[in-house]
Amino acid sequence: MEEELFTSGRNIPNIDPSLQIWHWPISLYLFLGGLAAGILFFAALFYLMGKEKQYPALKAAAVIPPIALSIGLLALVYDLTHPLYTWRLYTTFRIESPMSWGAWVLLITTPLSFLWLFSYYRSAFPKWESKLKLFKKFKFLEKFEKFLIANRTYMAYALVPLSIILGVYTGILLSAFNARPLWNNAILGPLFLTSGLSTGAAAIILLSRNREERHLFSKIDLALIVIEIALITHMIMGYYAGSQVQLEAMDLLVGGEFTLMFFGFVILLGLLVPAILEVIELLGYKVPVAVPAILVIIGGLIFRFIMVEAGQLTRYLY
Amino acid sequence: MRYAMVIDTLKCVGCSDCVVACQTENNVPHGYCRDWITEAVSGSYPNLELELRSERCNHCANPPCVRCCPTGASHVVEGGIVLVTADQCIGCGACIESCPYDARYQHPDGYVDKCTFCHHRLEKGQQPACVSVCPTKCMYFGDLDDPNSEISQLLKNRKHKTLSPEAGTDPHVFYLI
Repeated sequence: MEEELFTSGRNIPNIDPSLQIWHWPISLYLFLGGLAAGILFFAALFYLMGKEKQYPALKAAAVIPPIALSIGLLALVYDLTHPLYTWRLYTTFRIESPMSWGAWVLLITTPLSFLWLFSYYRSAFPKWESKLKLFKKFKFLEKFEKFLIANRTYMAYALVPLSIILGVYTGILLSAFNARPLWNNAILGPLFLTSGLSTGAAAIILLSRNREERHLFSKIDLALIVIEIALITHMIMGYYAGSQVQLEAMDLLVGGEFTLMFFGFVILLGLLVPAILEVIELLGYKVPVAVPAILVIIGGLIFRFIMVEAGQLTRYLY
Repeated sequence: MRYAMVIDTLKCVGCSDCVVACQTENNVPHGYCRDWITEAVSGSYPNLELELRSERCNHCANPPCVRCCPTGASHVVEGGIVLVTADQCIGCGACIESCPYDARYQHPDGYVDKCTFCHHRLEKGQQPACVSVCPTKCMYFGDLDDPNSEISQLLKNRKHKTLSPEAGTDPHVFYLI
């Protein structure tokens, strides 16, 4: 038997008996960051491939990243306990700190996502413009739009690597913590990137009105789901082959308190069911495409919540 | 110079005097602590073994909290002491997540706080508050780089351990066992 007690009566808020430093805003941000990264990646990539005219939903989807990133940033700042000093992030760059990387990437990507949206504003949302009449009220917008459209290629070249860094960073942020064995595996970065790309593809499917386009993104989403299942399998295999602390971490997901959430909502409803539905749809049967897309998005959200919550329950024993 | 602490678990009685001394000296807010006593029982009745440890920040030589800090608020000063600059800290909590010892906490004023090895007392040539009050004199503090220091001699002659060395942080609070 091993038993350890704090006899001096330690009961620090958010730390004892189990760590609860990062709350729902962090999970929400990790999801929104991944979603925004996914959409920006596809939008920029298809633009560079010269195929944006074939896929109009990519333009419409440009509205999601600026909103998602803004809400995500607000959530991040909301979770800080010393928020008035947030500017301190931008007086330095710490190459070893994933959060520093994330802060700088967000500082560049968020405005870029707004500019990217604005460059499509008139062509993708003519109804909004006819109501708001922004271009009539502010003459300089005409010039600004022209400038953005002329430089769209440069924006796309910047967005491809930035969106990948943003997507990977949401995972690396967690995996860099050796002290939390559930997070401390090298696969979490690629896994969160894949999940982010998959939710991004799902969001594009939801906005698409065009059958060919939906089929293409269903195929992309299907491939990403298969990769994601493979990465999750490797993650669990890694825990199985790991040390005692990793075995205990895995117990939370396999057989412990998060089992139903993880296998039921993430693996089954968030990955396997949408994959099966997408295959059926691609075979030519009628399936409402919104169903797999919504399942993928909800599954991605629940996955972030589970990882953030469960990770903080795992620790080293001494 | 490399500051380190050596604690004799065979002499410690778990009185918590070090905890109270620290709270008083460093004006630690009510309900928080920078050091604490752990009572570890192992074995099965009647063959039980009890170990009492006064624990705190291990001022690791490979501190994950300093590495993950996005603003540089967590830093290492001369002697290997890990400190937090309050007005550089944004309270993101990354360092708390990164610490295998749960030695850091969020101060009610927002910034992250922890044991400083009583850096302000060291500057005056005094010992850390916890060490100076220990009634059983089970705590020792000094320079690990000096082979003649009390702690170097103790570590040379006595069996000792650190906490969770497998976490790879190279902790610098040693426990004589």
